Amino acid sequence: MSHFNFKLIAALFALPLTLLAGPADAALRVFACEPEWAALAQELGGNLVDVSSATTALQDPHQIQAKPSLIARVRNADLVVCTGAELEIGWLPPLLQQSGNAKVQPGQPGNLAASDFVRKLEIPTQVDRSQGDVHAAGNPHIQTDPRTFAAVAPALGARLQQLDPAHAAQYAQRQADFLQRWQQATARWSAKAAPLKGTAVASQHKGFAYLYDWLGLKEVTVLEPKPGVEPTVSHLQEVLATLKAQPVRMVVYAAYQDGRASEWLSKNSGIPVVVLPFTVGGSPAAKDLFSLFDDTVTRLLAAATAAK
Amino acid sequence: MHKLIPAGLVLALGLPVVAMADTAADIGALRQEIETIRSGYEQRLQALEQRLKAAEAQAPAVAVVAPTAVPAVPTATVPGGGTGGGANAFNPAIALILSGNYARSSLDPARYSLTGFALPANSAAGPFGRGFSLAESELDLSASVDPWLRGAANISLHPDNTVSVEEAYVQTTSLGNGLSLKAGRFFSGIGYMNEQHAHTWDFADAPLAYQAFLGTQFGDDGLQLRWLAPTDLFLEAGAEVGRGRGFPGSDSARNGVGASSLFVHAGGDIGDSSSWRAGLSMLNAKATGQALTTSRALGGPAGGVFNGRNRVWIADGVWKWAPNGNGTRTNFKLQGEYLRSTRDGSVTALADSASAVDGHAAQSGWYLQGAYQFMPRWRVGLRTERLDSGAVSDPDLSALTAYRPRKDSAMLEFNPSEFSRVRLQLARDRSRFGLADNQLILQYQMSLGAHGAHSF
Repeated sequence: MSHFNFKLIAALFALPLTLLAGPADAALRVFACEPEWAALAQELGGNLVDVSSATTALQDPHQIQAKPSLIARVRNADLVVCTGAELEIGWLPPLLQQSGNAKVQPGQPGNLAASDFVRKLEIPTQVDRSQGDVHAAGNPHIQTDPRTFAAVAPALGARLQQLDPAHAAQYAQRQADFLQRWQQATARWSAKAAPLKGTAVASQHKGFAYLYDWLGLKEVTVLEPKPGVEPTVSHLQEVLATLKAQPVRMVVYAAYQDGRASEWLSKNSGIPVVVLPFTVGGSPAAKDLFSLFDDTVTRLLAAATAAK
Repeated sequence: MHKLIPAGLVLALGLPVVAMADTAADIGALRQEIETIRSGYEQRLQALEQRLKAAEAQAPAVAVVAPTAVPAVPTATVPGGGTGGGANAFNPAIALILSGNYARSSLDPARYSLTGFALPANSAAGPFGRGFSLAESELDLSASVDPWLRGAANISLHPDNTVSVEEAYVQTTSLGNGLSLKAGRFFSGIGYMNEQHAHTWDFADAPLAYQAFLGTQFGDDGLQLRWLAPTDLFLEAGAEVGRGRGFPGSDSARNGVGASSLFVHAGGDIGDSSSWRAGLSMLNAKATGQALTTSRALGGPAGGVFNGRNRVWIADGVWKWAPNGNGTRTNFKLQGEYLRSTRDGSVTALADSASAVDGHAAQSGWYLQGAYQFMPRWRVGLRTERLDSGAVSDPDLSALTAYRPRKDSAMLEFNPSEFSRVRLQLARDRSRFGLADNQLILQYQMSLGAHGAHSF
């Protein structure tokens, strides 16, 4: 009886072993925390890489859970590319811990934090949770400025070459090609958005510091009373009062956010609302990095025109 | 580094040759050469400085990072930003969980019993004590030990002014191939809720099945090996051996293993909006001189001493849903576990220590619970549970009455932020034969310090 039991138990627990597929995939497997890094890795790696993004543009990158599907993907990744700057602090450390993947642990070549290669804005002088969901390393939403990608691309490209030296020349060539197209596009966007310089705006979340820095927009007020805290009715009344004294041309929020607070403010003040894709996939037009900024600039210009 | 050694050798071998070139002409030629090299470097430095200035003017927001062939691996940032440097820069991440509650119940918690079930003498089963009380507060510390290991400890502070070590373990980070090894004191990976800390549960207390079969939550001192399969589907297997420190083990201080367990978990996504995890686990524990107490249906406690083996099977499942996978506004979580416990061995009645008789029991229980966040900050939840004592056949635990305890709970939660929670829980507990206990728990749970993990 006990012998039979042992066999049964052994069979039950050995079952998963037989399900092992283990396809010998030659492509470098890249796990990106956010869609923008997946898009950049795709630009730089082409068909040499197999890229997946942990999140979509409709998800709040602060509030992701270390769910089983993500653990399985980190387990099989050769490179993990994330924003860093504590954006993923709630879910990336548990993913890395549970992955059993030594290659992608912090400090390894298979782990890249994009924000390490970018100068951060809004670094708090004092860190205390009474100030809401503040990030000690500075504002982590670096992907709203195209110059970020010009800074991160060489680092990511070099990392791809390091991890897959057999194809180093191809990565180098793709990187040079991307950077050239990106510089041209950035110049085009900067020129197109030049009329926006100095425009006063209100944002729902402090998610656009880098975009405003790039285009010279002025953030007059924020709808969230503290970062990560849902706008309350009383705070929105205060915002409304602020806007009477300091009018803005538009209210900005990201595709993943609930737009009710922005819409309410717009209805009560007549100021147009603009929903920005925030990352690749955040709007039907934002299909890759180039169309992301095409669409962002177009939407900002449309809102500025509507406000006149 | 290994390039420096040959370079140093060449330099050391070359020095005597340079020393021999002592004619004036040679020195002059050398000086000239050095001068040429220096001016060359100065020119290149100036050119670099100019390029740097130009780049800074062009891109004020973006730091100029020289695209080196092999990028410098960035150093890990210290959570919480210990900018003081020095020894403090290596301090572990510290989090403090603060919790307290107010409880009221229609029946006296001091006279609690789980009719039909034999519990260990020091069992923590039963409702919270009446009135205001500090609830389990804990101090969590964790950090990397070195490039190959990380360590973590959870020190639990109890309302009766005692301190206990809930978890204290080291874990490998560098085995690779999906393997990780843990050593020390830790919560077992069996089931779904067992590994989670109580402050992350959706209800204030553990399900009855956990209280009856796992001593509320099974933790042990030992080793755990986990392996994650290299598949797209999440597939994890784990094995543990330990001393069997707590119930259903009996901490028998033997040379060998007091408790062992095996578990498999599978999980994945269904579209963008749903994710799931399911598992099967088995816990084996040796019982040597295990004091068990039972309660008579009417009357005082009885009990016996058990020698033998306890085995617990657990089947667990959890399903989470959020629109487009974005749970910020609304989300739903459904979880359930089925536990089956068997006891094989001999029982000696406390009243009559001379007689030992074969003891066998097969008991089971389950819970099913759902929690729904209907708007930001607010959640409601329902839980229903059943236990089945089975046909009680331990002659000397004859005070056991076959019974099917049941309990239903409802909760309402307000979470001002990710770091704070206030919860109201109402329950109707029919653990005691023929009696229903109406319970109310009002509790707070807060976390401060290092950011907690968003575990699934």
